[in-house]
Amino acid sequence: MSRLGDWVYRLQEQRRVGSLSTCVAIAGADYCVVTADTRLSVGYSILTRDHSKICDLSSPLLPVGDATTLFSPYIDTILSVSPKLNLCSYVCRADKCVLASSGFQGDIKALHKNLAARELLYQHQHNKWMSCPSMAQLLSNTLYFKRSSPYYAINVLGGLDSEGKGCVFTYDAVGSYERTGYSAQGTGSSLIMPVLDNQLKSPSPLLLPARDAVTRLSESEAIDLVKDVFASATERDIYTGDKLEIVVINKAGTKLEYIDLRKD
Amino acid sequence: MQTSKQNWAECRLPSPLDRPSLKAHRRPNILAERKAQHEYWRRPSFFLLPQSNPASAGCCFNSNSDPRTKEKGKRRERVREREKRGKKQPRRSPLSHRLRTQIRMTGSMDLPAKGGFSYDLCRRNDFLEKKGLKVPGFLKTGTTIVGLVFQDGVVLGADTRATEGPIVADKNCEKIHFMAPNIYCCGAGTAADTEAVTDMVSSQLQLHRYATGRESRVVTALTLLKSHLFKYQGHVSAALVLGGVDVTGPHLHTVYPHGSTDTLPFATMGSGSLAAMSVFESQYKEGLTREEGIQLVSDAIRAGIFNDLGSGSNVDVCVITKGKTEYLRNHELPNPRTYVSSKGYSFTKGQTEVLSTKITKITQLKQKVEVAEGGDAMEE
Repeated sequence: MSRLGDWVYRLQEQRRVGSLSTCVAIAGADYCVVTADTRLSVGYSILTRDHSKICDLSSPLLPVGDATTLFSPYIDTILSVSPKLNLCSYVCRADKCVLASSGFQGDIKALHKNLAARELLYQHQHNKWMSCPSMAQLLSNTLYFKRSSPYYAINVLGGLDSEGKGCVFTYDAVGSYERTGYSAQGTGSSLIMPVLDNQLKSPSPLLLPARDAVTRLSESEAIDLVKDVFASATERDIYTGDKLEIVVINKAGTKLEYIDLRKD
Repeated sequence: MQTSKQNWAECRLPSPLDRPSLKAHRRPNILAERKAQHEYWRRPSFFLLPQSNPASAGCCFNSNSDPRTKEKGKRRERVREREKRGKKQPRRSPLSHRLRTQIRMTGSMDLPAKGGFSYDLCRRNDFLEKKGLKVPGFLKTGTTIVGLVFQDGVVLGADTRATEGPIVADKNCEKIHFMAPNIYCCGAGTAADTEAVTDMVSSQLQLHRYATGRESRVVTALTLLKSHLFKYQGHVSAALVLGGVDVTGPHLHTVYPHGSTDTLPFATMGSGSLAAMSVFESQYKEGLTREEGIQLVSDAIRAGIFNDLGSGSNVDVCVITKGKTEYLRNHELPNPRTYVSSKGYSFTKGQTEVLSTKITKITQLKQKVEVAEGGDAMEE
C-alpha cells in the first residue's frame, strides 16, 4: 500500500518542490505537542522567516493562518472584558486539535480554510465541537475527495481525544492516515524520525492486546526533546530554520511558544 | 540519500567483451578499429610486469604459476599440432598469451596512458542510465565566495558549508585553497573539481618556481587554470576566485567553469554571489584599509550566509599582502547551535527493537602470500 499519491510523488521528483520545512507532533498521556518551523523558502532563497504553518482548528471563529491571533490571548481578552458571559464552552472543553502542514502554501491555505468552514458547519448542525478523531476523518475525506488533483499538503494533526489523551494523526498527500504516538513530516523528517523512533518507541499497532501509542514522557521532557531535535535538523537541512513555533495542548488550554533557530 | 532501488555498488563490472572484438569479418570499418586497438594495447601497463605495475599492485595473481593459465597455455600446443596437420590458423593479433592474460587481468584497473581522465566507464554508464539507473549526485559547495583588492593587497573570503542537495554534508569545510605562498584561490561548484584543479595547478606552480627560481605570479596560475578548464569544456565544474600579490602588484581574477576569466577590483561567485555583490556594490570604494577590507568581506559573506540557503555556517578570510599572507580560518562564527538538551540521550539496549539475531563465526583465513623478510622489495 503506497502512502503517497503517485501524482504528488512524481511532482516531487520532477520539480523538487518538496514539502519544504518540517513539522513534528508528539502525543502524551494528557498533552499533545505540535511544532513547525517558520521558514518559507523557494529554490535557494528565503521568502520570509515568519510564516506559520500551524492552524488551530478548535477555534474556527478566529481568522486562520496568522499565529499571533490564535488561542488563549484572544479568549483571555473576552473573559477579562466580560466576565459574566458564560464562556465555559470555549475554555473547558476537552476536544482540541491543531493542524500542521508542510508543502505548497497555496494549497495549505485553501485546505485550512476548507476545514475551518466545515467545522463551523458541524458546530451549527450538531451543537457541539468536533472531536479530534472526527476532524482526522474529515481531513482524510477532504484530501481524498481531491484524489485526481490533490492538495499538495503533507499534514500532521495533533490534539486531545474525547478522553483527554493525546493523539497524533499522520497523513500523506491524498488522505491515507493513521493514529500514531508521534510523527515528523517535511524535508527534515528523515533526519528527525529516526531519533523519535529511538526515544519514543511506540508499540506496533499490530500487537494484541492493543497498547497505548502515547509516550510516557512528561510534557516538559517532550518539549525539550522537540527543541533539541529541531536544533539538530536545522544544522543539516537547509530548508529548516529561523524560528520554531511550539503549540502545546493540554486540558488547561492551548499554549504557544517560539524559540530561535539558526538563521543561515 | 539514494532512494533508487538499483544501488550504484551493485552494477555489473566491465567485461572483456566491451573491448573491440578480434574477429575481422564482423567489423566493417576495420582500419579505425585497428588503430584504436593498437593504441589500447600500447598502454604503459602493457609492458610492465604484474608486480611492478601500480595498477595491479594489490593483485596477488601470478599468471606464470596459475594453474588455469597453464591449462590455457596448452592451446599453444594445439595450435602447433594444427599447423603440423596443415590446417589454416584463425587470424590472431601478434600478442603473447601472457600479455593478453595481463591485459584481461588489469583491464578493469587501467591507468590512463598519459595522465588526465579515464573514460573507460563512459559506455557502460550511458547504457546503465538508459536502463533507468539514477546517477549519484555530486557534492556541490553551493557557496558564497568573494574577493576584493584593498590598498596593500587582496582579501579573499568564503563561507564554510558544503551541501549535497538539500542536506548539509560538511558544516565547516575549507573553500580557500592554497596555490602559492602569495596566491590563494576560493572555489565554488563541485567540491571534487575545485580541490583537484587547485591542487594540480598548485603543484605545477611549485615546479615552475623550482625551474625559474622566482616567486609565482598570479597570471601564471590564472593561465594554467583557464587552459585546463577550457580543455574540458565546462565539464569540470569549478568556479574560482583567484587572488594574490606578486612583483607586479595585487591581482584579483574570477575563473568560470568554461574557462573565461575576469580581472576585477571586487568579485563574488557561487549561489550566494548576488547577496554578497549587493553588499560590495553599495559599500566598496578604492583604497580601503586592511580593517575596512576584512570588515567588508565579512559583511558580504554574512549576507550570503543568511540570505542564501546554499551557504552557511562560518566566515573564512584570507589577507594577502606583499611578503605576508594571513589565513584567518573561522574568522567569524555567527551561527552557534541554538539549543542543546541538558538532559542528554541514552541509547540503551532494547530501545531499538531487535527482530532477529543470527551469529556467524568468521574462520581464520590461511596465509596465501608469503611476506619476504627484510622489508618491502621495492625499497631496496
